[in-house]
Amino acid sequence: MKEVVRLSADIHEAAGLSDNPKEIVPSSKQRRRFIDSLLLTSFSATFASIFYPIIKFLIPPQVVEASQASVVAGKLSELKANTGKIFKFGTKPGIIVKKASGEVCAFSATCTHLNCTVQYREDSQEIWCACHNGRYDLNGKNIAGPPPRPLEQFEVKVRGDEIFVSKG
Amino acid sequence: MKLTLQSDTLTWLDDRVGIETLKQLAQKKEVPLHRHTIWYYFGGMTLFLFAVQMITGVLLLFYYKPGAETAFESVQYIMADVRFGWLIRSIHSWSANLMIFTMFVHMFSVFLLKAYRAPRELTWVSGSLLFFIILGFGFSGYLLPWNKLAYFATKVGTEIAGVVPIIGQLVLRFLRGGDEVTGATLTRFYGLHVSVLPAITLLLLVAHILFVQRQGMSVPKKFESKKLPTMKFVPNFLLRDVLGWLLVFAALISLATIFPWELGEKADPFAPAPAGIKPEWFFLFMFQTLKLLPAKIGFMDGEVLGALAFGIGGMFWMLVPFLDRKAVNGKNHRLFTILGVIILLYIITMTVWGYLA
Repeated sequence: MKEVVRLSADIHEAAGLSDNPKEIVPSSKQRRRFIDSLLLTSFSATFASIFYPIIKFLIPPQVVEASQASVVAGKLSELKANTGKIFKFGTKPGIIVKKASGEVCAFSATCTHLNCTVQYREDSQEIWCACHNGRYDLNGKNIAGPPPRPLEQFEVKVRGDEIFVSKG
Repeated sequence: MKLTLQSDTLTWLDDRVGIETLKQLAQKKEVPLHRHTIWYYFGGMTLFLFAVQMITGVLLLFYYKPGAETAFESVQYIMADVRFGWLIRSIHSWSANLMIFTMFVHMFSVFLLKAYRAPRELTWVSGSLLFFIILGFGFSGYLLPWNKLAYFATKVGTEIAGVVPIIGQLVLRFLRGGDEVTGATLTRFYGLHVSVLPAITLLLLVAHILFVQRQGMSVPKKFESKKLPTMKFVPNFLLRDVLGWLLVFAALISLATIFPWELGEKADPFAPAPAGIKPEWFFLFMFQTLKLLPAKIGFMDGEVLGALAFGIGGMFWMLVPFLDRKAVNGKNHRLFTILGVIILLYIITMTVWGYLA
C-alpha cells in the first residue's frame, strides 16, 4: 500500500503536477531527460541491431579473384594483320591487336570512361568504344572523346604460335 | 424483390464500408474548366498506363526466369511460344515508354502552371519521387531480358553511379551485386523491379492522390480570381478521362502489334559494345550530355562532373516548391517559368541530337 502511494506520487511529480514547482520540477525534468536518453539509446540500439545485418546483407561479399598471371589470348597464325580480338583475362575482357605491321599488343578492353567494352577499328586503326565514341591509339592512349585515362596495357609474349598475355 | 435485395446489399455494405461517405466525397470533387484544363488529363493517363504495367508485369512473371543463363531464353520463350506472349511483352515495353512520356508531360505542365504552389508542395515532392522511381523502373526493367544493349546500358548506368565521389563505389557494388555486371546484377534488378519499386510506388501513389484529393485541382494563378465554370468529377470528367484512356489504349495496342518489341542478341560479357548503342530515349539527354563532356573539366573527370550535375539537378527539381520563394506566397515567379522552359528545351534538344547522332 505504501508502495502504491509512493508510485502515484512519482507519477504526479513526473507529470509536473507538483504543488511546489520550484523544488520538485527541476528534479523531475532531470529524471525525464534521463529517461528520454535511456529510451533514445535503446531505440537506436534496437534499430541499429536490426539494420546493421540488413545493410551488411545488401552489400555483396567480395569475390576472391584468382589472380591470373598470364593467359593464352589466342593463336598468332589465326590473328590477321590489322585486326583485334577480345579475350578473357580472368573475369574481365582484354583485347589483343595485331597491327598492320604485324606487331601484337594487348590491353584491358574496359573503356576507362564508363566501363563499356572497346573494339578494334580496322578503318581508322584505333581502339574504339561504341558507347560514347571514345578513341585510343595503339599504345592505349586516350586520344579523343570522353575517356579520361589510357587503357591498361598488358605484356605480350609469343611462344611458338601462342600469344601469352600477362599483367605488366 | 430485386430492388429490396439490391438496397439490402447496399445498406449492408454501407454499415461496414461507409459507401455514403465515399459517395459524398466523390460528388464533392469538381474540376475547374479553363483553357489549360487539358493538362489535367495526363496524371490520370499516367496512372492508367501504370495499371497496364502492373497487369502485364504480373502476367510476365508467370513465365520469366531471372538469371544469366535463363532470362534471355525465357523472354525468347514468351515471345515465340507462349500464346500472346509477344503481345503481353510488347505492351509492357510500349506502355512503359508511353507512361514515361505522359509522366514527363504531366510533370512539366504542373511545373509550368506552377501547380506546386502552396499548399501543394508535398504533392510535388511525392510526384517527383514517383518520377525518379518510374525512371528506376525503366532502368531496372531494361536489363531483365539480358540482351546486349541492356547489358551495356546497365554497365554504363551503374558506372555513372560509381563515379560519384565517396559513396559511388558502395552504390555501384550495391547495384551490381559485385564488381561487375553479372547474373547477380540481374537478380538484384529483378528484385527491385518486381517488389521494392512497386511497393514504394504504391505508397507514394496513394499519398500523391490523397494530396490531390484533399487540395482539389490546382487552378493557374491568372484564373484564380475569376469565377470559373466547373464540371463534376464523377461522372462527367471521369468519363472524359476514360475516353482518353481508351485512346491511349488503342495507340498502345496498335504500337504493340505493329511494332512488337525486339529482343536482340543475348548479352555476352566478352563481346565489344555494339556500334550505334544508345540508351532508351528517356535517358538519351543524359547520355548525350556525357558524350559531349570532355575527358577533363578543370581538375575533375568530365563524367564525374556530369553525374554530380544530374544528381544536384534532380535534388533541385524535387525541392522547387521551397526554392521558388514567390510560390510560397502563392505568386508566380517569372524566373522559374524561364528555368522550366530552358530545362524542357535542353531535354528535347539533347534527346533529338542524341537520337540523330
